[in-house]
Amino acid sequence: MTSSKRGTERHDHKHALQDIMLKYSARRRFMDKIVTIFVIVCVIAAIVPLASILIEVIKNGASAISLEFLTQPPGSLISGRGGIGPAIQGTLIVVGLASLIGAPIGVLAGIYLSEFAGNGIFPSAVRLFNNVLTGLPSIVVGIVGYIVLVLTIGSFSVWAGALSLSIIMIPIVVRVTEETIKIVPNSIREAGHSLGIPKWKITLYIVLKSAKSGVLTGIILSISRIAGETAPLIMTILGTSLFFSSLTGPVDALPLRIWRLASQPYESAHAAGWGAALILVTMFLALSISLRILAQKKGFTVTRTTI
Amino acid sequence: MHKRRKGDKIFHSVVIGAAGFTLFILALVAIAVGNGSMKIFSLEGFGFFTGTDWNSVEGRESYGALPYIIGTLFSSAIAMAIGVPISLGVAVFLSEIASSRISTPLSFVIELLAAVPSIIYGLWALFVFRFWIRDLIEMPLHNAFGGSIPFFAKTPFGLDVFTAGIVLGIMIIPIVSSISREVMKAVPDSQREAANSLGATRWEMVKMTIFPYAKSGLLGAAFLGLGRAMGETMLVTLIIGNAIGASAIPDSLFSQSQTLSSLIANEFNEASSELQLSALIGLGAVLLILTMIINISATLFVSRMIKVSPGVKE
Amino acid sequence: MSSSKEITENILTKSLEAVTEPNYKVSIRRLDASFGAKQALKNINLDVKENSVTAFIGPSGCGKTTLIRCLNRMHEMTPGAYAKGQVILDGINIYDKKVDPVIIKRRIGMVFQKPNPFPTMSIYDNVAAGLKLNGVKDKKMIHDIVKESLEGAALLEEVKNELDKPGVGLSGGQQQRLCIARALAMQPEVVLMDEPTSALDPTASSKIEELVHELKKDLTIIIVTHNMQQAARVSDYTAFMYLGELIEHGPTKQIFENPKKELTERYISGKFG
Repeated sequence: MTSSKRGTERHDHKHALQDIMLKYSARRRFMDKIVTIFVIVCVIAAIVPLASILIEVIKNGASAISLEFLTQPPGSLISGRGGIGPAIQGTLIVVGLASLIGAPIGVLAGIYLSEFAGNGIFPSAVRLFNNVLTGLPSIVVGIVGYIVLVLTIGSFSVWAGALSLSIIMIPIVVRVTEETIKIVPNSIREAGHSLGIPKWKITLYIVLKSAKSGVLTGIILSISRIAGETAPLIMTILGTSLFFSSLTGPVDALPLRIWRLASQPYESAHAAGWGAALILVTMFLALSISLRILAQKKGFTVTRTTI
Repeated sequence: MHKRRKGDKIFHSVVIGAAGFTLFILALVAIAVGNGSMKIFSLEGFGFFTGTDWNSVEGRESYGALPYIIGTLFSSAIAMAIGVPISLGVAVFLSEIASSRISTPLSFVIELLAAVPSIIYGLWALFVFRFWIRDLIEMPLHNAFGGSIPFFAKTPFGLDVFTAGIVLGIMIIPIVSSISREVMKAVPDSQREAANSLGATRWEMVKMTIFPYAKSGLLGAAFLGLGRAMGETMLVTLIIGNAIGASAIPDSLFSQSQTLSSLIANEFNEASSELQLSALIGLGAVLLILTMIINISATLFVSRMIKVSPGVKE
Repeated sequence: MSSSKEITENILTKSLEAVTEPNYKVSIRRLDASFGAKQALKNINLDVKENSVTAFIGPSGCGKTTLIRCLNRMHEMTPGAYAKGQVILDGINIYDKKVDPVIIKRRIGMVFQKPNPFPTMSIYDNVAAGLKLNGVKDKKMIHDIVKESLEGAALLEEVKNELDKPGVGLSGGQQQRLCIARALAMQPEVVLMDEPTSALDPTASSKIEELVHELKKDLTIIIVTHNMQQAARVSDYTAFMYLGELIEHGPTKQIFENPKKELTERYISGKFG
């Protein structure tokens, strides 16, 4: 193709392309604006429910709060008096017990995956199954707790509830621990090794220590997650209006009580439900916000704080 | 020397034991659920999946999971239809449009949505949100199309599979949007620049470079949202209307229905016979298998994108 | 004051008419650029002749990449980035508020340091990407332009039987020529190249340099390079930059053999950088 012929064709292409671009330019800019608006609408659609939930919980729950509400057992439903004392106590006990079981196991398993595991079949299986566990529906976890502990012990119990909650907690802690510990620079481990310190001491006293904040954050987040779980508690701790009596007996918990109250037809029950919800939400907000502030102060970012 | 090796050995066994505990738990779950549902499966076999009865009268007991499978799928489908587009919009905003001054607090706020316990979603949906849906969406739709399209036929009063689907959709926004955002961030800037240098507007750039590149990761994010929606229990018990048996099969957007998890939650402690209990556990088995398949696929999609994304060969 | 549409039309149509005098294709006047609070370019003034190759050279951080990215308004892609001043293309200041930055990209194309073909597209689709993006639907027109552009990028012979293979399957040098073809498809008048050979091996690099020599017959080329020998080989004019300022600019021969500023001389002779 001679240069001049090429030149003319290019000239024509230039003109043609130009005309086309001019023709569509307004429409394209318009589309861009529309999509930007749509995207902002999505953000608003995501935030409005959160705002509404917080507002409604505060609005409806505030009036129910009183010292009596927080410390007394529920009275008769129609009387509208009494409170959620046993529920608060039960939550603390069951969640506390679950954490005592779940946190150490989770951290140790996370340490294994990060410090001791290679790429063999066992570690890969552990990672894969851990991933599967994070996606377990919580109602199924409750069923497991029922079969394993309620049937064997013979009654609904704190143990069963704690076990179920720990099943939910462990995979989260494993994952966060592995990820946080992996980040600790190798130079620290090598320094310890060159000083002749045994591996277990290096791992526990040095590596874990430097990953402390991240691991702790993961634990606290998983605790706040299980504290809000209801489904696994339905068939494990059963719920009751009495205070805690024994680890092998039923106990109440906040989310469970809220569920029961919401399912009642009485106004007074609903009001109590909102009050209990307010307590629960306050707990969550406090935990989430303080963890965020802590993370910012310590200078690390938790990439995904929820699963 | 000897002591040191001993300490290491003990520690080694301890951590392996802890890791093995994970496998143990999963085995426990499989065995418990399998064992517990043995009774109903040996009685009804495959018919459990296709039956629509839910009859606990002694002598005529019969249980079928089909209505609740459909209820779970239908409500989750609505959840995806609502939740996934919104999540993608949020992810695009956070990843491509917002400056870091906006995106940091905004992403924190979205995460708060995930921290809210599902029972509180349920409370709010039951006493507040469902009236919004009923008055602002369901009534108008019903009045406009109720006569002509059976989909909008039943008179809505807010406690139905549609409302359940919408709230489920809201619940999955945090997880779908956060993973989508991670996946979008993984698209290299050089791609964005290439599109920009050819004259792409921002939206055109997203369509041209980010969506095709991040396709499988975004799919994985959506699947994770699906798994979450399917496993959700408490919220559903409060607003799906608690229908039982064949009438739980939704034939309209405004039908009352029931999901696998909500029926388990509602009836477990009141099960009147061992067979009924086994049937409920059987529902749990179905739910377990469904969510496992979905979650494993999701993980594969997301990791496939990060591993296999084609790069420049030197 | 002309309307936004008129200015946009002007920007597209103006230099299609024959230019009657040896004008400058691009003139830069009092250009400042910054990233947030950090100033990257100070008062740049420069003229670029049509159908020439101008090289920007200077040590790392001198602002040459920032400058080239200001020429097609890509600088503002970076969050917090800001530019002020004039970049005049055939008499129109592309930084005028009424000019749509999207339309500029037809007249000024860009090739990047690391080849960045679209991984999900075939070779053909990569070259056609800009056309389809901007609304071209005529299949024959697209086909003609793709072939022309691949030819212009000296790639057609090598890929003509595999146009539907993925763009990322090519070697590094071929991918870069693919990116050049993609830029050529937009029928630009100016092509900016940001260190186009720094990621390539010597053979591939020299192919690109030959290409630049060919392309300047129809286009105006501005090339950023940290390789002084390359600048000497490839360019007609050279601009030396240091710490965000334009130190010296002139015919390449003069800059390399007879630099006027001492700083230029020290950089050229390798005393720093």
